[in-house]
Amino acid sequence: MQKPFAITLDPGSSLANKTGSWRTERPLYVKRLPPCNAECPAGEDIQGWLFHAESGDYESAWRQLTRDNPFPAIMGRVCYHTCENVCNRGQLDASVGINSVERFLGDQALQENWQFDPPKTVSGKHVLVVGAGPSGMSAAYHLRRLGHAVTVIEAGPLLGGMMRFGIPKYRLPRTVLDAEMQRIVAIGVNVQLNTKVTDIVQTMHDGGFDAAFLAVGAHIAKRAYLPAKDSSHILDAVAVLRSMEGAEPPMLGRRVVVYGGGNTAIDVARTAKRLGATEAIIVYRRTREKMPAHDFEVEEALQEGVMVKWLSTIKSAEGGALTIEKMILDEHGKPQPTGELETLESDSLILALGQDVDLSLLDQVPGLVLKAGVVQVDPITMMTGHPGLFAGGDMVPTERNVTVAVGHGKKAAIHIDAWLRGAVVSTTTKSAPASFDRINPWYYSDAPKTVRPQLDIARRTSSFDEVQGGLTLANALFEARRCLSCGNCFECDNCYGVCPDNAVIKLGPGRGFEFNYDYCKGCGVCATECPCGAIDMVPEAM
Amino acid sequence: MTQAIKFYQTGTFTVGNRLLQPEQRSVQSSIERNNSLNSGHRACQGCGEALGARYAVDAAMRATQGQLIAANATGCLEVFSTPYPETSWQLPWIHSLFGNAAAVGTGIAAALKVKARKAGLAESAVRVIAQGGDGGTTDIGFGCLSGMFERNDDVLYICYDNEAYMNTGVQRSSATPPAARTATTMAVGPNPGAEFGQGKNLPRIAMAHEIPYVATATVADLHDLEAKVEKAMSVHGARYLHILVPCPLGWGAASSDTIKLARLARETGIFPVFEAEHGEVTRVTEIRHRVAVEEYLKPQKRFAHLFAGPGRPDLIAQIQADADRNIRRFHLLAPERSQ
Ligand SMILES: Cc1cc2nc3c(=O)[nH]c(=O)nc-3n(C[C@H](O)[C@H](O)[C@H](O)COP(=O)(O)OP(=O)(O)OC[C@H]3O[C@@H](n4cnc5c(N)ncnc54)[C@H](O)[C@@H]3O)c2cc1C
Ligand SMILES: Cc1ncc(C[n+]2csc(CCOP(=O)(O)OP(=O)(O)O)c2C)c(N)n1
Ligand code: SF4
Ligand SMILES: [Mg+2]
Repeated sequence: MQKPFAITLDPGSSLANKTGSWRTERPLYVKRLPPCNAECPAGEDIQGWLFHAESGDYESAWRQLTRDNPFPAIMGRVCYHTCENVCNRGQLDASVGINSVERFLGDQALQENWQFDPPKTVSGKHVLVVGAGPSGMSAAYHLRRLGHAVTVIEAGPLLGGMMRFGIPKYRLPRTVLDAEMQRIVAIGVNVQLNTKVTDIVQTMHDGGFDAAFLAVGAHIAKRAYLPAKDSSHILDAVAVLRSMEGAEPPMLGRRVVVYGGGNTAIDVARTAKRLGATEAIIVYRRTREKMPAHDFEVEEALQEGVMVKWLSTIKSAEGGALTIEKMILDEHGKPQPTGELETLESDSLILALGQDVDLSLLDQVPGLVLKAGVVQVDPITMMTGHPGLFAGGDMVPTERNVTVAVGHGKKAAIHIDAWLRGAVVSTTTKSAPASFDRINPWYYSDAPKTVRPQLDIARRTSSFDEVQGGLTLANALFEARRCLSCGNCFECDNCYGVCPDNAVIKLGPGRGFEFNYDYCKGCGVCATECPCGAIDMVPEAM
Repeated sequence: MTQAIKFYQTGTFTVGNRLLQPEQRSVQSSIERNNSLNSGHRACQGCGEALGARYAVDAAMRATQGQLIAANATGCLEVFSTPYPETSWQLPWIHSLFGNAAAVGTGIAAALKVKARKAGLAESAVRVIAQGGDGGTTDIGFGCLSGMFERNDDVLYICYDNEAYMNTGVQRSSATPPAARTATTMAVGPNPGAEFGQGKNLPRIAMAHEIPYVATATVADLHDLEAKVEKAMSVHGARYLHILVPCPLGWGAASSDTIKLARLARETGIFPVFEAEHGEVTRVTEIRHRVAVEEYLKPQKRFAHLFAGPGRPDLIAQIQADADRNIRRFHLLAPERSQ
């Protein structure tokens, strides 16, 4: 080639210069565990389903969600959503309304009649589930999806456990409960209602079951020693709430006193109000701060006119007259009697002092260990001391709520499946947490949390209509899009854009990115500017 | 399923966004972007100038469907991209001298005009940019540039402002900010670093020429930068784009903080981001989360003397006052937040 004056070399490209050799640190794409997922007692991939919801693909979101938890419409109403307490967005403005989006997906599924896929395999094994509460039905769902034949035996006349015979309709409409229960029956789970298991070993033997999951809950009301005359109208909360499902509503009278400070006390007082009590008074021995009930529930009850006598115990009941003693908190926060008494008139007294587990079906099961009235299980596998017998939910040592119960059902199902195959579930190491300090909050649009509508007070105290409303199509999308996608790439193209050396290769939608280590100089701009903290800088081996 | 909803999680703050329509995404998010300044260049790790140049030139390439010629002043951008016989440039590109990039651009534009006329066309489809560092622009190249403005030559001039003569070892330029330490403004004496009250504000000087378009941008706001290049290429005549490009080496900052510092320059009010047409400001980019100047100054070693020992709160207060003046002058805060 004829070259111009003083030019001796052909033009070349700087691509010949592999600047990757300058690097002392290399960027790596990582997947970190978002706090919401880490927290969820049911093991939901919250971020994963929000990702689909963000693009308006609600069915994919629902399918992703129900891989772990088959009850989004129920969860979106009764779950205590501890995920939202740890949501990283909470440190920015307010946590993502995970629970409200979950409910939206659940309701969307009911409206569109989305169903679960039937199992693809047949294992030839038959598993017994005792109790059709959230734990039992969750286990039944997962076991069925794993290809096992499943029979659920339930003492009561309907599915749902405490979700039906405890949680009132104004928080969980029965149409919703029924629909999510039936969807599990529809994938081929056998259900035997009105059948109480009295001897688990015998039942397993008679039915030829290969394994069993026990989830009988805690239904025996705790009693307090209370000197009372026969004429006193004393009831227990669980029985009152259960009778709400019967043909005749319970007769409570105009002035109802509830004794206890848990969520059950709140629910029964709110129920009494709705049944026409002019006064529903909760008597509780400590203060509002110390009350085990969730504060939002206390607040809702107060809005509805429920009254609370804090720092009070009931000494005795005589006819309609209750003797109340004032308490004070000692330096340990424990209530101590003051000797100061007063009288409270009531038409009925409802005790809401907690529940014990009915363990009668477990008499003389070899290997089984009971402690403090609950069944001991291996916390990893949920198996009791009796091989092949698993248990979960309220009957094992745990926090008693629906979400934990659902999580136990899933965990047990996975381990029952492994146990039946003679395998062990491989323990996956959890990825490092996606902490807030790794987020680059600058990149997220400012957006306040969406508040769900509530029924007006007049209708709340006169009917059992649902108190909390759901999100609309538009604000569900908005709420889903508030998610920061903590610790996991959501394809914002930032790394691809901000690299001064074009050393990031974009692979296309759904396929993410790769580093081109031939040219990456290791400046770390991509890691700093990654909004969600999905890039680590790691030292190069020198 | 799509609904009318204005909220897109990250909006246009990130380079791309899977939730946005492709046409709302940036040039840089596209697999087809030109990479006008290709890999293998010898800029330092985290170089803001290399990044700014790719952002700007890629956008200009898209705006002109690839019909673009660039003239480049001497400086880092030239040196790190074209060690003989290699080039990183993926467009016709010429380097002549340190101080004449604007004149070279003018010449190319004139030649293209003649070629177009000879071909019987009203104007050339091929467009011209000239580019250089702050030294090449505000100091030695200023005469050529002012002439180019005054004649309204059809060139977009882009200044990559890293606030000193970086290529020759960090000497002060007339764009170096007060109190900054450079090789020629040492951090010694009662007024360490560059003097207060000296230097030039070239975007405002360009506006005084009343040319069709003047804009400022930073590497921290890609969508804004690209929109300005596109706007600039949609008009003819002299146009000026001034881009703040942090320099990890010269500023004594971590290579990973390049974009962060550009963002802080904007959010403090130290670097006002705006657009002007024919000498009048037509749009400003408002501060989103206002921060005090310390946050911008602290990560940079060139300002370390303001924080060493008892520190120099008096000088920091002066820098803050300058930033506050920018905020007032350009209305960088929405009225209700400007207290
Ligand atoms: C009033 C009230 C309100 C509550 N509100 C909430 C709430 O808002 N959110 C929340 O997360 N949690 C709430 N809880 C707690 C929650 O309902 C329980 O933690 C959860 O239902 C436990 O699930 P489980 O499957 O272990 O047992 P359960 O739901 O109690 O189900 C056990 C099932 O087993 C059946 N059974 C029992 N013995 C036998 C037997 N021998 N043979 C066959 N069947 C048997 C029972 O009939 C029942 O259907 C509430 C509880 C109460 C009482
Ligand atoms: C006439 C002339 N004087 C001095 C130099 C030496 N020189 C080359 S680059 C440069 C500094 C460039 O500074 P700037 O324009 O700000 O660009 P930067 O390197 O900072 O990007 C100098 C002084 C030169 N090339 N020509
Ligand atoms: S922002 Fe999203 S991923 Fe992060 S904790 Fe909240 S819901 Fe989970
Ligand atoms: Mg410079």
